[in-house]
Amino acid sequence: MSSTIPVLKMGDLALVSIQIDMDDQLALSLQEDLSQRILDWRARGVIIDISALDIVDSFIGRVLANIAQIASLLDARTVVVGMQPAVAITMVELGINLAGVRTALNLEKGVWLLRDATVDGEALTPSVDSDDGQDPADSQ
Amino acid sequence: MTARTLQIRSEHQLPQARRLVMETMKQMGFKMIDCTRFVTAASEIARNTLIHGGGGEMKISTIRENGRTGLQLLFRDQGPGIPEVEQALRPGYTTGKGMGKGLSGAKNLSHRFSISCPPGEGCNVTLVRWK
Repeated sequence: MSSTIPVLKMGDLALVSIQIDMDDQLALSLQEDLSQRILDWRARGVIIDISALDIVDSFIGRVLANIAQIASLLDARTVVVGMQPAVAITMVELGINLAGVRTALNLEKGVWLLRDATVDGEALTPSVDSDDGQDPADSQ
Repeated sequence: MTARTLQIRSEHQLPQARRLVMETMKQMGFKMIDCTRFVTAASEIARNTLIHGGGGEMKISTIRENGRTGLQLLFRDQGPGIPEVEQALRPGYTTGKGMGKGLSGAKNLSHRFSISCPPGEGCNVTLVRWK
């Protein structure tokens, strides 16, 4: 299969939105691709959006857990965002727990979660300057 | 619905199998959460058929029993079979390629689950989910 899943750079985050039902090979190539991007971009965080996924089976669950573990070894944090409720229920009944994988309800919350994980007060993503010069984080 | 059979001979056919089960369930009017449950179960077994059974097929058909309607999936392969099926059904049993949740998880997500894997004769796995 020649298609790939695009990895986007957003500040010091690597962002992936999985929009298709991946075959196993594609899932594994995403794992390798992301690891390389983390290194190339010196990314501090990885966000994986799975809101378009109807199912997460044990294989995809393992790939997500592996990505988080690899990213962690490369000094980046991973947040999986946008899981559908039906997927969450099914994963629990299937017996999968994504140990070590952090989740957030949506992309925005995922970005905030990584932003909060600052090193010496330095934000992981560039702050967005609003007109009044106030950091959006402060106004929440 | 007449029964349909889908070959599971390559990785690309796993998404096809998932799609077929999902679309059939939607057409039959299953609740979305039950579609997710059963497609996930189908995905686990389809992968077993491919990886451990060396490929096989999935037969999908509607069944009626005691006034209930359900969807039945029959997976068949001609692989080596599983010598200790009881052990393989335990959560945590793994061949190292997944999370060890495949068979036990698929069983949990189905209303009826039967497996027969005589060594040397391949596996027959039947899954049913009632509407």
